[in-house]
This record gives sequence, C-alpha cells and structure tokens, in this order.
Amino acid sequence: MQDRIKYWKGIEELENTPEFAKHAHNEFPEFLPINETNGAGESSGVTAPRRDFLKLLGFGLAAATLASCEAPVRKAIPYLNKPVDVEPGVANWYASTYYNDGDFNSILVKAREGRPIKIEPNPGSSLTPRGTSPKAQASVLSLYDNNRLRTPLIKGKEAQWDQVDKEIRAALAGANGKVALVSSTVISPSTKQLINEFGAGLGNFEHVTYDANSASALIGANGGTVPGYDFSKANIIVSINADFLGTWIAPIPFANQYIQNRKVSSDKRNMSRHYQFEAIMSLTGANADVRVPIKPSEELAVVTAIYNGLSGQGASAPANVDKKAIDAAIKDLRANNGRALVVSGSNDPAVQTLVTAINKTIGSEGATIDTAAPFYTKQGSDAQMLRLIEEMNNGSVAAVFFYNANPVYDHPLAERVVSGLKRVPLKVSFADRVEETASLADYVTPDHHYLESWNDYEPKRGFISLAQPVISPIFMTRQMQDSLLAWSGNKTTYYDYIRNNWRKAATGDFNAFWEKAVHDGVLQNGTSMLAVNTGAASTMTASEAAGRAAKAAGKGIEAVVYEKVAIGTGSEANNPWLQEMADPITKATWDNYITMPRRMAEEMGVVQGNVMKVSFGNGKSIELPVLVQPGQAQGTVGIAMGYGRQLDSMPTAKGRGANAFPIATVVDDAILYTGAVQLEKTNSTIEIAQMQTHHTIMDRLIVQENTLAKYQENPKEVTEYIRLATHEGPAKPAAISLWEDYEYKNHHWGMVIDLNSCIGCGACTISCQAENNIPVVGKQEVLNRREMHWMRIDRYYSSVEHEEKDYKTMEDPAENPSVIFQPMMCQHCNHAPCETVCPVAATMHSSEGVNQMVYNRCVGTRYCANNCPYKVRRFNWFAYANNDKFDFNMNNDLGKMVLNPDVTVRSRGVMEKCSFCVQRIQLGKLEAKRENRRPVDGEIVSACAQSCPTDAIIFGDMLDPNSRISQILVRENGERAFHVLEELNVQPNVTYLTKIRNLA
Amino acid sequence: MISCIRRAKTKLLIAFLFSLATTFGLSTPGAAQGGVGLKPEDPAIVSAGEALYKNNCVVCHSVGDDVVVGPGLKGINERRAQPWLISWIKNSQALIQSGDKDAVAVYNQFNKQAMPSFAFSDEEVVSILTYIKSAESVAAETAGPASGAETAPGQNVGTDAVGAVGGYLDIVLVVLIVVLIVLVVTLLLITSLLKNYLNKNKQLDEYDAEVVNQRFDFSKVYKSKAVRTLVVLIFVVVLLDLGLNKVMGIGIQEGYAPKQPIAFSHKLHAGEHQIDCNYCHTTVYKGKSASIPSANICMNCHSQIKAESPEIQKIYKAIERNKPIEWVRIHNLPDLAYFNHAQHTQVAGVECQTCHGPIQEMEVVYQYSPLTMGWCIDCHRETPLNTEGNAYYDNLVKLHEQSSKGAFTVASNGGTECSKCHY
Repeated sequence: MQDRIKYWKGIEELENTPEFAKHAHNEFPEFLPINETNGAGESSGVTAPRRDFLKLLGFGLAAATLASCEAPVRKAIPYLNKPVDVEPGVANWYASTYYNDGDFNSILVKAREGRPIKIEPNPGSSLTPRGTSPKAQASVLSLYDNNRLRTPLIKGKEAQWDQVDKEIRAALAGANGKVALVSSTVISPSTKQLINEFGAGLGNFEHVTYDANSASALIGANGGTVPGYDFSKANIIVSINADFLGTWIAPIPFANQYIQNRKVSSDKRNMSRHYQFEAIMSLTGANADVRVPIKPSEELAVVTAIYNGLSGQGASAPANVDKKAIDAAIKDLRANNGRALVVSGSNDPAVQTLVTAINKTIGSEGATIDTAAPFYTKQGSDAQMLRLIEEMNNGSVAAVFFYNANPVYDHPLAERVVSGLKRVPLKVSFADRVEETASLADYVTPDHHYLESWNDYEPKRGFISLAQPVISPIFMTRQMQDSLLAWSGNKTTYYDYIRNNWRKAATGDFNAFWEKAVHDGVLQNGTSMLAVNTGAASTMTASEAAGRAAKAAGKGIEAVVYEKVAIGTGSEANNPWLQEMADPITKATWDNYITMPRRMAEEMGVVQGNVMKVSFGNGKSIELPVLVQPGQAQGTVGIAMGYGRQLDSMPTAKGRGANAFPIATVVDDAILYTGAVQLEKTNSTIEIAQMQTHHTIMDRLIVQENTLAKYQENPKEVTEYIRLATHEGPAKPAAISLWEDYEYKNHHWGMVIDLNSCIGCGACTISCQAENNIPVVGKQEVLNRREMHWMRIDRYYSSVEHEEKDYKTMEDPAENPSVIFQPMMCQHCNHAPCETVCPVAATMHSSEGVNQMVYNRCVGTRYCANNCPYKVRRFNWFAYANNDKFDFNMNNDLGKMVLNPDVTVRSRGVMEKCSFCVQRIQLGKLEAKRENRRPVDGEIVSACAQSCPTDAIIFGDMLDPNSRISQILVRENGERAFHVLEELNVQPNVTYLTKIRNLA
Repeated sequence: MISCIRRAKTKLLIAFLFSLATTFGLSTPGAAQGGVGLKPEDPAIVSAGEALYKNNCVVCHSVGDDVVVGPGLKGINERRAQPWLISWIKNSQALIQSGDKDAVAVYNQFNKQAMPSFAFSDEEVVSILTYIKSAESVAAETAGPASGAETAPGQNVGTDAVGAVGGYLDIVLVVLIVVLIVLVVTLLLITSLLKNYLNKNKQLDEYDAEVVNQRFDFSKVYKSKAVRTLVVLIFVVVLLDLGLNKVMGIGIQEGYAPKQPIAFSHKLHAGEHQIDCNYCHTTVYKGKSASIPSANICMNCHSQIKAESPEIQKIYKAIERNKPIEWVRIHNLPDLAYFNHAQHTQVAGVECQTCHGPIQEMEVVYQYSPLTMGWCIDCHRETPLNTEGNAYYDNLVKLHEQSSKGAFTVASNGGTECSKCHY
C-alpha cells in the first residue's frame, strides 16, 4: 500500500472534534430567524410581535408619506472648472510608491474623479514588477480613515498652522540641549538630506533611527547595510527564522526573486531547495521544502553547526534539532558553491556574524548577494535608540520629534520612553492621529498620507522610486518635510526641494527628465542618492560568535514576538481590511493569540480559545487566548506584535488582543524579539475568529502535490486524474455528461493557478476586496462563519499516513506538517451546479464562459450556495453599508470614497461571489473595440492576478491560441494541470497546477 | 498636483483621434457632395474638415456672411491666401505682432478681440478650408428659401418670476394655517366659556340642557361610510404617490422635464447653432458618462457672447462664488445598471437622438425614452451590430454568417446577457 497524504485544515479537523463534526454536517451554520443583534448579545429568542410590526408599518407609511410630498429631485453637479486631466467616468493612473516598515512596493494608483480607489503594481519597476503586498493594497483605505487628525494640535487642542509654527520655532530657538528626530527607517534621499539640513541649523542635533521590528544585528554584521540578497540566483536557500516572504526586510522584492527559481515547467524541470529552521510557523516556513522547528535559543547552535560543518570542523547539532536536516543542508550548501544563500532573521549579533561568515564561505558574495546594491529598507539602530532613551531620562534632551515612530507603543522599554518624555521640554509628533506617542506630545503636526505627498525612495542602492500626490490633502494636514522646511525658515516647498535634489541625477534637459521620472515612477539608471550612515557596523568575528554558542541555552517556555503579514508592527492597525484579512497560516482575524504546539497545549490542559496569562520580566503580564498551531517548535509560543491598542483614535483596532512588544528583551544594546515567559491558565475563554474550517473538504481530492524527483522522472505521473468506471472501461468524467456543452465564439475567460508559485501571502484577497466593494463584517460575523471575502486562500496542513507497521504512525501528524496553499474562488463552471438550481435564474452562464450573478434578480433562497461544491458563494445576511452595527469604512462618507464606482454595492438578502472581475473584462473589451482591434493578451486581468507578487494566478482568454493561459494549458495538459473535484464533471474554467516539492 | 502626469497620455491621444474619426462617421454626408462648377474635393478631407470645424470654429464663425463673434467665413479662400490663413489660425497673435497689415486690420475691426490659437497641422487647416468651400457651394444650391429661418431667441424670459412667487406662496400657506388654528382654538374656548356660563345659570330646561351639553359621538364619525371611503381614498392616493416616486427614483419617468437652475436651451445651441454634442459633453465618446459641461466650457463662448444676459450672469455668479451649478438630473439609471456612453456612441455609432430624442428641438430637456430594461433589451434584440471596419468583430461576423442567416444583432453577440449591464 502506498503512503497516502492526508490533508487537514486545522487541528479540529484532524481530531474530528464534536464542534467540527457539527459544522461539517451543517454546511451552513445559519438558522432562521437570524438574530437581529447579529449574534453579539445572547440570543434572546424574543420575536417581534405582529402588532409591533403593524405599528411600524403604519408609522413607516406615515413617515414615507411625509418624506414624499415632493418628487425626488436628484442633482447632477458638474465641475465648475474641470481639470484638464480628469474625465468623469474615466480612470487615471499615476505612478507612486508605498513604503512602510520595510514593505516596499512601486505602485500605480487608479484614481476616479480625483480620488484614489485601487493600488496596482508598477510593471516598469525592476525591483517589484509583479504584485503588491496586502498592506500596500489596503493602504488606500487608510487614506480615507475617519480618525485621521484634521488639524494640528497644541497640547491636545485644535490649532492653526501659523500658531504651531510660531511656537515651535520659538521653542527650538530657545532649546537648551540636544534636539533629536526619532524616526523609523527613512529611505527617502531628499528627506534624509532635509533632516540633516534641519539638524545643521540647530547645531546639537541627532537623527535617531529605530525600527519597531529591528534588523540592527543583521546590519551590524554586514558593514552597516542589509546585503543585496538575490533569491532568484540561489539553488539552495537556508533560512534561520527569517520570514523573507512575509515580513522580513523587503518581502515583495524577495518574493519576486524567490519565485523565479521555484517555477517548474517543461522548459525548466528544476527548482531551488529551501530549508527553513524556525520556531513559529511563518509564511516562509510554510513554503519551505524542508522545515525544521527550532527554539529561538537554538538559533546560534544551528548556525554554528552549519558554520562548523562547512569549514570542515564537523557539525554538532543541538540535541533536539533534526540532525539529518542540518547535514543535508550542509551537503547542499557545499555542493552549490556560489549558488546558495543563507539568511537569518535573528537580531542576535553573534548569529548574524556567523551567517555573514557562512555566506562568505559558500561564495554567495557577488553571486547570490549583490555587493554593489545593498538593501536600505531597514536601517534602524537599537543601540542609538537605547542611548537616546537614557539621554531623555537624564534630562539632556531639549526637543524630540517623532516621525513614523511610536516608541511609547512599540519599544520594549516603553516605560522608560514615557518617563524620559516627561523630562523633554518640547515634544512634537508627526503622527496622522493621536496614537500612543502623540498623546504625550506637546504638538501633533499631522503628516499627509503618502497618497497626498511628494516623496522619493531608495530601497536598494541604485534604484529610486518616486511618489506623487494623487489627491489634494483631505484634511488640514501638512507633509512632515514641509513642516521641517517651515521650521528651519526655508521658503521652498518640499516639491521644489525634491526637484532641486534630483538635478544631480539628471541627464539632459531637467524638465524632460523629471517628467519622465514622475511618469515612470522609477529611476533605474544606477544613480544613488541616499546617504546611509554605516557607522553601526559590528566588529565581532566569526570565531568569537561561534564561541558564544555554549552560553545561550533556553530555559522554560520561550516566547517569540513576531510580525503578522497583515498587521505588521501595527502602524496600520486601524485598517479594517487588514484586521479582517485571514492570517496566511492561522487563518485567524481580528486578534492576536498565543500560538502553541499541540503537545504543550495537552500538557497544560488547555484547548484553543482558553485564555492564558503570559507573565514575563518585571512581573508584567498580558492575557491572550491559545491557538493550537501545528509546526510550532516544542517549548515555544508565538505572539504577534501590533495588537493591544487602547486609544480612541483607532476604533477598529481598539481592544483587539494584547501588546506583545514588552516581551522583547534588551540584551547588550540589541533587542531580541524573544523572551522567557510563564504561562498560567485562567478561567476565561475568548473565541478566535478563524476562517480555516468554514468550508470543509470532507476528505476529497482537492489539492495535489508531488516531489521534484518524481516530476523529473516522469512529469506525466505527478497528477492524479480521476476516471469514472463505465461499461467501456474507465473514462474521463467530462466524457459522460447530461448536459450539452456551450459554444464559445468570442472569448472564453479562464484562470490558471500555479500551486507551486502561490506563497499564500493573501494580497489577492485584499485586492479583490478593494476592487469589488466587499464589505468588512467584523469579528462576530466571522465567528458566525459569514465572512464575505469572494476569494480565500485555503491553507491545508498535510502529513503522510503511513502503513500501520511503520513506527512513524506513532508520531503526531501535527508536530511538523507540510503546508499547501490553494486560492479558491468561483470556478465559473461550464456545467455549473448553482445555475440549475436557482428558481429565479439569478445566476447563469454567459457566452464568454463567466458564471454571472445578478443581484437584482436574486431572492435569497441560497440554493446555489447549497449546491456549490467549492463553497465560494457568499450571502448578504445584513446590509453592510450605512449600518451602525458594521461601523467600518462603508458607514461613513469618507470611507465610502474608496468604493469602486463600477461595481454595485450589494444590498441585504442577495447572494454574491467572484465575477472574474467582469467590470474589467467589459472595460478591456470596450477599449479594444474603440480602437478597432481585438484585446491584447494581458490587457484584461482580474484584480487577484494583477496583485499577485509571484505570478501564481494567470487570467486570460482561453480562446486566443496565443494567450499565455492557452499556452500554459497546452503545455501542462496531462502533466500538472488539474481541475478541483473533476469527478463531479462541473468543468470549471479555473485550472490548478500541481505543487512540486524539492524534498531533501 | 499640476504636473502630475497621466500614464494614459498616449492612450488618450489615440482615443482622441478615434473620437474625431467617429465624429466623421456621425456627421451628415450631405455637405460632402461637392458643388457644381467647383473642382470636386476628396470627401474624406471635407468630412475631416467638417468635424474640426464643428468642434472648434462654429462657436465663433459662421460659414455664411453673418458675424457671430468673428467674421463670417464665406469666401475666405478667395479673400486670403492659404499660407496667411494657416499662420493666422495657428497663432493669430504672432501674426499681428509681426506687423502683418491684414492681420492688424482684422484685429482692430473686431474690437481687438484675439482669436485663440489652435494646434492644428497644416493639413488640418487645409481640410477646414476645404470644408468651408464645399459648404458655401451647398449653401448656394439651397439658398433660395433659406431666409427668415432665424427665430427670435429669448422666449424664456419671466420664468424666474414664477419661482419667486412660489417662495411667497409657501409663506402665505403657513400663515394661513397658523391663523386657522388660532381661529379654531378661539372658537373652542368661546363655546366652552358659554357652556359653562349657561350651565351655571341653571335656568335651562331639559331640552335646552341637552342642546348645550350634547356629547359628540366620535364612534359615529368613525363608522360613517363617508369617512371610511375618504380614509381608503387617501391611503390609495398615498400608495400611488409612493409608487410613482419609487418608479421615478429608478428613472422610469418618461417626459420628465424639470425646471433647471439656468434656462439653457438645447434648441438654440444644438439646433440653431449646430454646436456638436461632443463640444460640451466631452466624454460622450470616451467614457461611461457623457458628462455635463463644466462652467469653463460655457465660458469658451460666453465670455464674449451675451455676457450680459441674466441667465449667463448666473454662470458668472457661480464662478465668482466658486460654487458649481447644480443641474437637476433627468436621466436616472438605478445603481444596479451599468451603462456606458462610449460603447453606444463610438463603437456602435448610435446617434444621440436615438435615445435622447429630438434634443436639438428641446427648449427644456425632457426624458424621451422610458429607460426601462425592456426598452434596452428590445433595442439590443433588433439592432444589428455595427461591425464595419472594426477588427474586433471580423472573426465573429464570419462565424455568424456560417451558422445563421439572421442579422448579426447585439443580442446574438451576447448583448442580452445579465453581466453586460449588471455587476
């Protein structure tokens, strides 16, 4: 008997808990009558009596009569003076840049009637030509955040800019002591120069850079910058706790690189092998071929073992770590000299020193590391910030400015920051709202949103990206750079300042050069303008670092403070799209929690949702629910940063989870994002709103995977095709059909999803949400299994079910499972089961292969959802717009500005689902018709395909033989191409490609 | 913001050229017949010239003798040399400054009013001149009965006064109601006073007492047929009103002709002066909306023409106060329906009048078509696709001819499918 891979979405499915069994049997959790309180309170059971209904009817009638005394007059209000560029109803595109906490994306912004509504990747950028991060997708909603400051504040009171300027200038003139500007990493050359000039005018000035999730050890070990990693050139990738696809340094450029050597096809039957040693299950670890759980305290031992193994001293792996994996990694690294790369996300200088030494040994420099072009996206120095905190506390700081920095919230020594701030006479924050640090500041001088600003960015040496405003400032805010210019008495605007600064990079006529740069959004001629302070280089040698290995040994439970893909360090925590985005791994929304291995949970006698008290240094503690996480290293727990906000300026994030930053520890002037904790069970429980087992698979063949060895041996055998038994022998399901096939003449839209390329980041889900006006439903509704996302990324854990005699059956399948991601949306079946059951023909097939959903016909029987084998239909249980119970962006005028005017906002009681972005198809066809031609392949793409950083989703016309999708389907036919649930013969227009693992 | 650069710059240029191209298609070919005795011109050049002329020149110049803003252009080809005309049209100010005698003379003759510069190519200017020449010959042929066509403008004066009276009427009504209420209250007070007085006197006999102290039986009113009928009637009227408003809310309001804040006449602009629709409704060939012109488009002409008229003064006031003009919207499609003008005007070549009716004869615009789904679908079922010269349809036409003998209608290309308009 062959080993069979068993797939499961969560522990509850693996164990078949009663709760799960109940949900699995009731495919739809909703029972009528649904509770009007949307489940928030206890179900009262009281139904509205008939008399009340009649009363309401009568009153409603009277009110309507009063309101309708006059015929409704609708206004049509044209521009008074129409801007030349803006045509009502026609979108404009502007090149710009998104940068936040290392997450860098060159973007295009779609603006309708002068308001930005969608972010797309800038294909002209060599660093991020494909896709965006989920945070970049969601950033457009932050622009329309109703809680942004509308005016500057003086001591918490609204003020005028000239008053603020006068007072701050006077205070600076009288400053007695050091003036400090605290910021997160600044990668804008012009901003950096401006800060230096501002400081030069003051004399005693320091620009302190620190990152909430710091990489200062990495920077120190590499001469002051992040090495210019190039994952595309590596055949062997070894990562120790570096989540480079999700959150580390520059995830989108890295994902773009990484995937180039992960794709396989008939032209390239080879791919890189990726080892991951990590404590938590990260997005990167989920994509690794070989994943080894280790404790954070074992990092140094693992790195030392690899270092020693490579230098021929014989590897001595720590006791608990899989020695086989380390040996295999060493062997592979040796064999791939110059084609291998080792990275580590640790902030321990010793680990990073050794990693640098390893990369030197395996010949990475100049090969998989571009030494001429280091990354600048993280520059923070822990030591510098710690020194400033001490200086504030001893009273030698006269003024401090905070720019994109919130140490009162995100520094492990937040209490020292608070006490230090009390001794600083002038405190100014550029925050866009009254966040933790700004609430202690004397002046809050709110910065523009990046979509309202001019700026330049140099994320990597020799690559410059520009940002231009796409909307005039919504509020009375002022760009931070203009504030600095005003306070230093400089009369120029920041726009002119950037232009002047760029003259040094210009060739030929400056205006033409500038216009082209603004139009393209990027300058890629190798010019470098950013002056980086490389003084932070460490002097530790490899042998010194290796010698430390013995000292660090873990005791007790080690907690890892990690960044979530959606929330990051918490700077955009008030964005409801990001709060409701399912975490790629845990599929949890709206909260943070303690991720815990199953064995530890069993030993402690806790189950998922039980709240535990986490105590750490100084007797401090937080309380969070437990989430049982397969693959989490034994003896460790993971807690996400960015949660636990308590301020009114962040109503969406307020009260969600707890702040994990204080768990991080400061050791030798470096912040380690780990710490020893004690866990204590409490009596309360908090349900975690997970989207993982909402749509069960019931053990059907949904995802397919195979090994690279098999693929190279015979690519025709890597995919399992189901055949039905007939009297003439086994037959393809499509050969036996009740239905007549559709004939497509014009277009036949289809999608190919490469499971080998999908890294599960979730950018497509947010892109879909932005494009299609999908509402945010809140935690309670996610718990009720009524989320509205049109597309989801199903994350399956898998473990091999062995024959019984195999001793491995004794092992826990949840100990270290493999992970596979599968984007799932409406499959636009040619023989769609939903279409045949709709009593009002509200869902039907188009002549272009699209399964159409007609909201105004739908009466809400939900038969279609019942009959859909893919569980991709969503029902509007409530009116989500203009409803105080769903107080998110669709409930205020400002938030509504993000809505796509070409897509209907659905009303209560109708079914909805993926439309293949039919509005884009229609627009693309119209453009082609207007130009008397056929649409060009690649011109019409769905939102998910466009925002995918790994090109995993390919959308196109399957009737056009030259389109990319047609060619892929021809090439992969019989090899990796398969339809999910082919045996049902619903003939989807979405085709998946089998995942290939390069197992060691 | 000003120097923001649109990515779609080249695309728009192409789109612009195409919109010009379709304008040729829309314009009546009558003008291109070529006059007797004149040398025949290439109809393509004439129609290209006509499109340019209608989009740019017609607001200030006529092809006849009459002066609109600038001189009439009749015989311009004979009056002036072509190179002079080309440099004048491209940049009249430069020509004047160069001291050209003719140029200065024209400039002074028309009160030193500068003619704007136009970024035409030489060929484009020539095509306009060719069109003018051909238009003259057509005019010459039909000149006989054409006189007296001018109608007196300004029939609209005085409608504003009605609005003012309307405002007073409201106040008068409110005052009346208040007076009536006061009256009722006073009367009630008086009766109760009198009643009390009579009762105190105790001199009333039984019959009188009954009359004085009679009780009003509400239940009788309640049960009376008349009242019940009245209530039912009111209920029905209210329901009807509600229904009507709902129906109007989704655009089913054929013939709806509300009073607009400015008495703009399409009859005058589109009908008599024959200004191309595209001149004001700039996005009608480009985007989903036809767009209502912004005030700066009005000012292209009305900075010179009839600037003193009270209606035009409203535009000036709007500009001064920096408040856009709030027109009353006539055509209301429900949000669930997607309609795109460009698809119909540019791609399908549908005339504006097909849906909007004889707009060139409307003093006040009204909704001509029902705008119901049935109306849309009927047209999609019957109308053959405009496939000529559009490479998008080439293969589809071939396939259709192979499989069917019927007309290749919009519907047979999937034009009645739900997701063509609803998404």
